[in-house]
Amino acid sequence: MKKIKKIKIKLNGKVRLLPEKTNLSKLVKILKIPIKKVAIELNQEIIDKRKISKILLKDDDKIEIVHFIGGG
Amino acid sequence: MEVVDLKKDKLIIAKKVFNSRLIVGTGKYKNMSQCAKAIKLSGADIVTVAVRRVNITDKNKPLLMDYIDPKKITYLPNTAGCFNSNDALRTLRLAREIGGWKLVKLEVLGDKKNLFPEMIETLKSTEILSKEGFKVMVYCNDDPLMARRLENAGACAIMPLAAPIGSGLGILNKINIKIIRNQTKLPLIIDAGLGQASDATIAMELGCDGVLVNTAIAKAKKPFEMALAFKNSVIAGRQSYLAGRIEKKLMGNPSSPSKGLI
Repeated sequence: MKKIKKIKIKLNGKVRLLPEKTNLSKLVKILKIPIKKVAIELNQEIIDKRKISKILLKDDDKIEIVHFIGGG
Repeated sequence: MEVVDLKKDKLIIAKKVFNSRLIVGTGKYKNMSQCAKAIKLSGADIVTVAVRRVNITDKNKPLLMDYIDPKKITYLPNTAGCFNSNDALRTLRLAREIGGWKLVKLEVLGDKKNLFPEMIETLKSTEILSKEGFKVMVYCNDDPLMARRLENAGACAIMPLAAPIGSGLGILNKINIKIIRNQTKLPLIIDAGLGQASDATIAMELGCDGVLVNTAIAKAKKPFEMALAFKNSVIAGRQSYLAGRIEKKLMGNPSSPSKGLI
């Protein structure tokens, strides 16, 4: 059986392995993130949430997913 | 006789109209339901919120938006915890992306112990954010000259500290606050350092347009009672300011007529 190649990304500061050719939309679904309540940054650039299905993740990508929490 | 109708006395920030002059923070509560109830009791219609990483591993953690509806209460994204301009800009750009927030609170700190604002970075960030179309409410020190610079840089509200964040010391420099009040037409909102409800009354009596309170409510022995106390104290202070206080005199002045004494 052909082994699926993995890529190594950093998600919110933690290393995570994903199958090659995973797009950002897939990742959000895997994580069950409520997309309307978050903002996503890929390699320090803010991503337009409408276009996440078109963004293929690659090795060493750094993703930040943030939301609002209680604060002063 | 004309009596000021406080219901018509609105707080206006960047052309947005708010009913309450009390803004509250959403941090430091025991849990989200306590936070939501305290906010409701406070009557605030603006709350400050922080931008942080989503907890990827614990998805059952309660979400702020599930407790406080951003359609009913205005979320004011805040850059608390940022110590330079780049981090603050990054945070607010992300905040805008979450749901189109343009009204934001800028807070760039300069020292981890006293939490005083780093004003050079704050001024720089205010200029950039204003040019990007943000409506920036700016946490600052109580320096009238710096307040003027912020105004010129495009701030939509000036938010001087009363005392260090979370200190509960109350307004330490009333004269500076008064000077800032007299020089600016921008909304002036006391941010940080209040300890009890009467501190808010004093801020309002100095002519401030509002106050922002977090720790004094969240960490009070009874947060719900304190939320109510702050609500009432802001109203009392505003009413007192509008009523126009008497002049201060050195000597006594009897309240009863001296004529007709037996």
